[in-house]
Amino acid sequence: MNQNVSLRLSEVRKSFGSTSIINGVSLDVFEGERHAIIGPNGAGKSTLFNLISGRYGLSAGRIELKGQDITNLDPQNINRSGLSRSFQITNIFPKMSVYENIRCATLWSLGYRYSLFRRISTIRSVRNRADEIIELIGLGDREEKLAGELTYAEQRALEIGITIASGSDVILLDEPTAGMSRAETNAAVELISKVTRQKTLLMVEHDMGVVFDLADRISVLVYGEIIATGSPSEIRSNQLVKDAYLGTQEGVH
Amino acid sequence: MARVFSKKRIIFWASVALSFVLLPLVFDGGFSLSMLSQMGIAIIFVLSYNMLLGQTGLLSFGHAVYFGLGAFVTAHIVNFIDQGSFWFPITFVPIVGGITGLLFALVLGFVTTRRAGTPFAMISLGIAEMVAASALMFTTFFGGEGGIVTNRTAGGVVAGISYGPQIQVFYLIAGWCLISMMGMYAITRTPLGRLANAVRDNPERVKFIGYNPVRVRWLMMTLSGFFAGVAGALATINYEIITAEALGLMASGNVVLMAFIGGINHFWGPIIGAVLVTLLQSALSTYTQAWLLYFGLFFLIIILYSPGGIANILAMHAPVIKARLFKSLASSYLIIFLASVPLIVGTIAVIEILYRGGAILGMSSLVSWSSSLVLIVVGLVVFRFAQRRVKSVWASLDLELRKRGFV
Repeated sequence: MNQNVSLRLSEVRKSFGSTSIINGVSLDVFEGERHAIIGPNGAGKSTLFNLISGRYGLSAGRIELKGQDITNLDPQNINRSGLSRSFQITNIFPKMSVYENIRCATLWSLGYRYSLFRRISTIRSVRNRADEIIELIGLGDREEKLAGELTYAEQRALEIGITIASGSDVILLDEPTAGMSRAETNAAVELISKVTRQKTLLMVEHDMGVVFDLADRISVLVYGEIIATGSPSEIRSNQLVKDAYLGTQEGVH
Repeated sequence: MARVFSKKRIIFWASVALSFVLLPLVFDGGFSLSMLSQMGIAIIFVLSYNMLLGQTGLLSFGHAVYFGLGAFVTAHIVNFIDQGSFWFPITFVPIVGGITGLLFALVLGFVTTRRAGTPFAMISLGIAEMVAASALMFTTFFGGEGGIVTNRTAGGVVAGISYGPQIQVFYLIAGWCLISMMGMYAITRTPLGRLANAVRDNPERVKFIGYNPVRVRWLMMTLSGFFAGVAGALATINYEIITAEALGLMASGNVVLMAFIGGINHFWGPIIGAVLVTLLQSALSTYTQAWLLYFGLFFLIIILYSPGGIANILAMHAPVIKARLFKSLASSYLIIFLASVPLIVGTIAVIEILYRGGAILGMSSLVSWSSSLVLIVVGLVVFRFAQRRVKSVWASLDLELRKRGFV
């Protein structure tokens, strides 16, 4: 595996008032790896994502994206630096068509910014990228539908489509299979591995099947601290993880 | 590079232009002509408003500020032309109004568009109140109660056009209306226009696709201010007087009503609203002094029965007509129409009796009271019946349309 660091968290801390949620997380995510963060409810996984993507400001620490300091930048600036995220609760543009959802997500990275003097439908690069993404997420026959009228699983696929449409090479997926049936989850896993090929993926996931299918490495977050990082087999056999996180279960299967 | 205008689009705009040319020939006469002029101004204004409301999700209660400031600056410019300070063709004076609106929207929008939703609505209301108050304080610029009077023929005769006759003013308005419509429609087709929709739907998510939603709102507000200013300038030329009322809360409220009545979710919706409201205001006010009450009732009914406005009602029927299923609705609609006749007659009777107030006592009033109440009750009963019928027909129509793939 290439050992260049894509995303580096150093001693990241976050507290809301007197409640400390993230207590000094340090983590290196390597270029091209698929890294999963697991941990019990309330461990701070989503908060960590919100810190990395700029939704919340840090209380302390530093975050670097491909060597560039992105600590406390606005979400849009972090996104422009090449990091894109999805949301646990579907976060799409409900009154726009599926095609329009994807098209808007491609614009900045293709250089169209707040452009007022181009007709959007005549921009070939935007059209090609949008077609490609829609094909990839399998919503080709749905592209004229309003995003708000899609089924839940389709909306989740669209969520991933919006996330990858900008062509960012670091992708954060927050529980991409939450609330899905077994069959839908399998389809989602296939989609995720397809769309994150040659990209760096950091994901939060509850479904252990998904985690062990997809992840090259796993970090375990408990009470705002990473207690272990390693390959799936290392995590499976880690006593600390078994005690702290899987204490009540038989083990990771 | 694809063509900028498709053939279909050219034909469409050409037919709009042609209808603008023909309208005053069909509806001639002074009253119709001044009403058509008023409609043209209202159309530009309401479309500029819907750039905010329908397209960017900003509910503004102060849009008349940009209309009014554009109008006042235009009035002073026209007066300078009149005094011979400099010369500028009246035909292009609306650009001055537009730039005025744009600059004020640029400055005020910088403050207002930091927030969306209710805070934006309240800030816009505050700014409207502030500008309206200043209008009465700074009397040299705003002319106090009397306003600013201008002379639209100030530019002299250019190519045989003096802007003395109303028909020439109408064509000026129509020309600018066409340009503005095309411009505002084109904006919806640009990356910025599409992002405005994204900001309307979900500003939080927009940040995570690389855009600053505040910047998108601000740009849309600025552009919207331009077209509002154009409308204001045309109002100055049309009426040759502009008072502080033009930028007051009533005027701002009026454009909200127009947009909602027409329908904010379609580009063309607000145009329907502008035409209808102008028509109601000019026509109703000549028949009854209680016209504001009727106007209010009309607004209430539209919002209650079709929150998406008239455009939504029309759009709903497009697939039905395409699928050739309208027949199934026709009978229910006929009943609704028949029910609304006694309902409307009865309501008008009650309102007019109350409004005129003269005949409250006495036998004749007893008869008119009871007969109008009977009309209302009968109308309501039939209406409820028809309403239920329409609902069930629509439910089955919806299934049918889905099955056949029309929705």
